[in-house]
Amino acid sequence: MSIERLIVTASPHIRSQDSVPRIMWNVVASLVPVVVAATWFFGVSALLQIATATIAAVLTERATGKGGAIADGSATITGLLLGLTLPAGFPLWMTALGAAFAIVFGKQVWGGLGQNVFNPALVGRAFLQAAFPVAITTWPSPGGGFFTLHGDLFAFPLTHPLPNAVTSATPLGLLKFEGKGTGITSLIIGNTGGSLGETAALVILAGGLYLAWRGYLNWIIPVSIMVTVMALSAIIHFVDAVKPDALFMLFSGGLILGAVYFATDPVTAPITNLGKWVFGIGIGILVVVIRIWGGLPEGVMYAILFMNALTPFINRATQPRVFGTRLVNAA
Amino acid sequence: MVSLRTGFRHGIHPPEEKALTSHLPIRRMPYPDELVLPLRQHAGKPAKLCVKVGDHVERGDKVGEADGFMSVPIHASAAGTVVDVGWWPHPDGSMAESVRIKVDRFAAQVPRPRLVPHWEGLTTQQVVKAVQEAGVVGLGGAAFPTHVKLAPPKDNPVHTLIINGAECEPYLTSDHRTMVEYPERVHFGIRVMMRAMGVQKCVIGVELNKPDAIEALRRTVPKDLDVTILPLTVKYPQGAEKMLIHAVTGVEVPSGKLPVTVGVVVQNVGSVSAIAEVFETGLPLIERIVTVSGHGLQKPANLIVPVGTKLRDLLAHCDGVTPDAVEVIIGGPMMGQALADLDAPVIKGTTGVVVLEKGETREAAVYPCIHCGRCLDACPVFLNPSLLGDFARKQQYEQMVDQHLADCMLCGSCAYVCPSNIPLSQLFQASKLALRRAKPAVA
Repeated sequence: MSIERLIVTASPHIRSQDSVPRIMWNVVASLVPVVVAATWFFGVSALLQIATATIAAVLTERATGKGGAIADGSATITGLLLGLTLPAGFPLWMTALGAAFAIVFGKQVWGGLGQNVFNPALVGRAFLQAAFPVAITTWPSPGGGFFTLHGDLFAFPLTHPLPNAVTSATPLGLLKFEGKGTGITSLIIGNTGGSLGETAALVILAGGLYLAWRGYLNWIIPVSIMVTVMALSAIIHFVDAVKPDALFMLFSGGLILGAVYFATDPVTAPITNLGKWVFGIGIGILVVVIRIWGGLPEGVMYAILFMNALTPFINRATQPRVFGTRLVNAA
Repeated sequence: MVSLRTGFRHGIHPPEEKALTSHLPIRRMPYPDELVLPLRQHAGKPAKLCVKVGDHVERGDKVGEADGFMSVPIHASAAGTVVDVGWWPHPDGSMAESVRIKVDRFAAQVPRPRLVPHWEGLTTQQVVKAVQEAGVVGLGGAAFPTHVKLAPPKDNPVHTLIINGAECEPYLTSDHRTMVEYPERVHFGIRVMMRAMGVQKCVIGVELNKPDAIEALRRTVPKDLDVTILPLTVKYPQGAEKMLIHAVTGVEVPSGKLPVTVGVVVQNVGSVSAIAEVFETGLPLIERIVTVSGHGLQKPANLIVPVGTKLRDLLAHCDGVTPDAVEVIIGGPMMGQALADLDAPVIKGTTGVVVLEKGETREAAVYPCIHCGRCLDACPVFLNPSLLGDFARKQQYEQMVDQHLADCMLCGSCAYVCPSNIPLSQLFQASKLALRRAKPAVA
């Protein structure tokens, strides 16, 4: 017998080819077109912004995480996603600080990958929103040359940026504070004011479809969010025509980015399929409530964070019925 | 869809790998030089030793007696001399008291006058006794004594006999080949069981990936028996008892109860075929059909193997293993047992031997659970393996009982799909053991 060394593992002895790194790096790959779209609209500023967030997240992971944790790709995703939620002209030192905060307080303090309750990238963004409310709502207009540096990217750390950029309000801001609408074509194509990644709806949807097709993303959450938002806003628009219609609600702001990439983070979303429906519908309702009746123009971030907090309870309430425990068992 | 194929919710689709052997006719393997017969080859009490070193045994002679009703005897699978009685590696990974027989190369090895009586004219009790004396056990892996199933408790009338021809474990094709090559024998075994149990109805469940088996069985159904062949969705674990019963009857066996509580008894195709064989040949159960397969094996085959043949001899008969072979598994790759010691023998419950190559095994990094929920979508009994795994790691066994750990049948679907490579089945098996040690009544 030519076997020199036999290994002995517990059953099952085979496994599917999918692994955590493979899933994570596929998510990263699906985000590349979104980054390209952001660069198309906002030029090199977008690249600088996203690169800064990603590098800062990965370096922080390296400094605080276990050896080899970078290879699982999760820090890269956190950085990329955080970068995509920021305005093009956001000072880079703030971006780096937000990415570090996202990794440390969004993930590591909970016990690392798989343990956190809140989406790390959104924790980072919530921190930035609280710390730099003006800078994070200064939206440069898309366009200008490729090498146009928007805003005050290179503001010296701990100083505030100079408000010298050509800015434009986001479609949601326009609607809320000035009562102006935005054409649906502009919304879908994405040449409106807004954060880097929230303007190219079709590219984001394509990325989501790819991930769902490969089985790396659960379709229930994005579908339930989008359907809930559209249904609710259609009803509200029908009752009060001043309120935005369903398509505007769907394609404006960070809804699609949030539904496809933030709410679907498996760590912070419910594990049961029924729970995923509850989670998605809850996010949809909160988004509509915040956008229409809240003080803020946009509510995707807070809606997701709030439902993240409810996830353990949703899980507990939606445990599957175990085989053979049906009360009435016809003989 | 409902009328033609039947399945269950959840489950997984591992690569079938059955093409390696599904087309190969069953061949007989020559006797090895030495046989190892563990006295513990079945569920229940081990057999009682009844030979001593130096004894000569003929083919079919008992080396161990049944020890009570939940036990069966062990017979010599070839004529020879008892050379040793002692502890020997068992295919379940432990050591077991075993009889070693040096095979007499010059013995005729032909059947002597019948050891098992003719079937016709026997009363039910005599059939049960004859099946027990022939050492027949379930050949699907668990090796539950068959005669116990033939005598179901009186308070639970059985209306349907279900024959398990799903063979959902990857690689294994011994049941498949049995159905294709010996369909009459399968039906004869069914006839014996139906008569003994007084059951009027029988359903054979066969996965749709074995159309030739379905065809062969349908062609040979005896006119006077109510036997239906039910094609089943190809899915793992379709052959799990509870999944099969659900597919056939639409009823869920209540949690913690035996199939007989819903009026059915399940028997494996190989097992009914074994019943038929002992009555046909008059010889007790001393050989079985084993699929020897895997990319790590030079020449995969379906073989009739004398019980007690060492794995070393079996693999050598298949021209040995490839240079990249790293793991030898008894049974299928989903629920089988990996072995380090190739001196362990093939026993009655050995359905197959699979040799895996480098890169096919689970040797890979383990990541934290990311709560992706794939295990929930895979679990055929709708448990929450992610949560159970979490409890297992914290050794919170009582919480696991509340989460229905007892319903876990260790099919391995959760661990198969886990992208974090968490050894969920292993954790659950260890937890069940820990609970059994702490409180013999639980789990």
